[in-house]
Amino acid sequence: MTETLHPELAARRRAMGLMARATEAELDAPIAALWPDHGARDLKPAEIGLVMLRGRTGGDGAPFNLGEASITRAVVELPGGERGFGHVLGRSKRRARLAAIADALWQAPASRASVEAALLAPVAARLAADKARIASETAATRVDFFTLVRGEDAR
Amino acid sequence: MYVAVKGGERAIDNAHRLLAEARRGDRSVPEIGTAQIREQLSLAVDRVMTEGSLLDRDLAALAIKQARGDLIEAIFLVRAYRTTLPRFGHSEPLDTAAMQVRRRISATYKDLPGGQVLGPTFDYTHRLLDFALEAEGDGQGEPARPATAPADPDQPMPRVTDIIGGEDLIERNPPQEAGAPVGDLTRDPLNFPAARDLRLQNLARGDEGFLLALAYSTQRGYGRTHPFVGEIRLGEVEVEMVVEELGFAVPLGDITVTECQMVNQFKGSAVDPPRFTRGYGLGFGHCERKAMSMALVDRSLRADAFEEERKGPAQDEEFVLSHSDNVQATGFVEHLKLPHYVDFQAELAFIRQMRAEQAARPETEAAE
Repeated sequence: MTETLHPELAARRRAMGLMARATEAELDAPIAALWPDHGARDLKPAEIGLVMLRGRTGGDGAPFNLGEASITRAVVELPGGERGFGHVLGRSKRRARLAAIADALWQAPASRASVEAALLAPVAARLAADKARIASETAATRVDFFTLVRGEDAR
Repeated sequence: MYVAVKGGERAIDNAHRLLAEARRGDRSVPEIGTAQIREQLSLAVDRVMTEGSLLDRDLAALAIKQARGDLIEAIFLVRAYRTTLPRFGHSEPLDTAAMQVRRRISATYKDLPGGQVLGPTFDYTHRLLDFALEAEGDGQGEPARPATAPADPDQPMPRVTDIIGGEDLIERNPPQEAGAPVGDLTRDPLNFPAARDLRLQNLARGDEGFLLALAYSTQRGYGRTHPFVGEIRLGEVEVEMVVEELGFAVPLGDITVTECQMVNQFKGSAVDPPRFTRGYGLGFGHCERKAMSMALVDRSLRADAFEEERKGPAQDEEFVLSHSDNVQATGFVEHLKLPHYVDFQAELAFIRQMRAEQAARPETEAAE
């Protein structure tokens, strides 16, 4: 379904994906430094709940309920009317609220570029570095098969 | 018959104080932290998450600490906590083909796109105790950093079953029927026969030991499945959830899962050419033994679908699904510890009466 998203929504979705993966410090530090007076008010105070995670039969068939995960969500509104949504795995209300504030700031034209540069870019860089490190550690365990020729017939 | 029994409050309070002392152990040994459990007993955490059916590493670590390492007790604690939280919704189905793979092996193909990567595995260890791990705190015990090799993080790793499927040599997984709800045994009681979605949910949260024994029984002849490990993969997948107010699927982050694709005995008919059949396993974290057992039992429970004679317990849906949950099982087994004084008094009176009647009978009749 993401392929058919409007480019603006696809961009927001990508940004929200980075906000959801950001640590509390990665959200808190740039918001505190650049938008100390953001004035966000809670439309939905941060709340802890569950999301039922679904798998697919055989990996690609009909869905089934695998089990739940803890999740925290928050909705805030900036004085300019931008509504920010924060949804993060786990039980950190502070992280969910900060993610919602970041989402709202990203939507405001005046602050989007700064959110991208000061908040999202470092998160994306960390995630890319983690991904590269894990891929290279995993690659070192790749099996290179070689075949031993045995018996008289093979000669 | 149940009769309320009162009394014992002080004994219970003091027993729980004593439990806390036993949990702490020798006070001259540093107390274990939940972060240590989360990071260093990570497979216990994975098991508690999978069978507790709640993915939250911190909660599972806390439960393990509180339960003194009794994993079924920890699973019980996690299940109880879960009931206190509202459910916000369900995720989009996880896309395991898009996994960032940390381990991927196949017993069916030597060479396959993406290759075989062993990842962090106990396989090929010699199972000799490593006494170096006993040394603590002095830094001598820190392991060497992992080896690295050039890698393309975006190299695709298609599922092995998709490769076999490309030749149409394996059964296809039927898609969801339009508008069909996804069964959820946490909302509705399980009825038989159960659809495959409910069976998989039941097996995913089922006891690893129970499923392992059943899976083993199928290998020993109690319901033959003739399995090959098509693939086991471990790694991270993205979780997305549609948020109604936004109207699109919002990414929530990444989770670790283990998937097992079992390739089984082929089946054909007069109209259908023979194709391999399949069983499926999926669980939270690194849970390879569980995922394999789940896949074997999933396949054996499909006996009716392939017109196989049901000969083994692992093929008996009601038997398997009714006894797989270790919280239910321990509840019913352990309830026997509770006072049954009145029931037992009734049985005592009955047995005394029977013996009295037997003693009163003439000798000749008793000898017959």
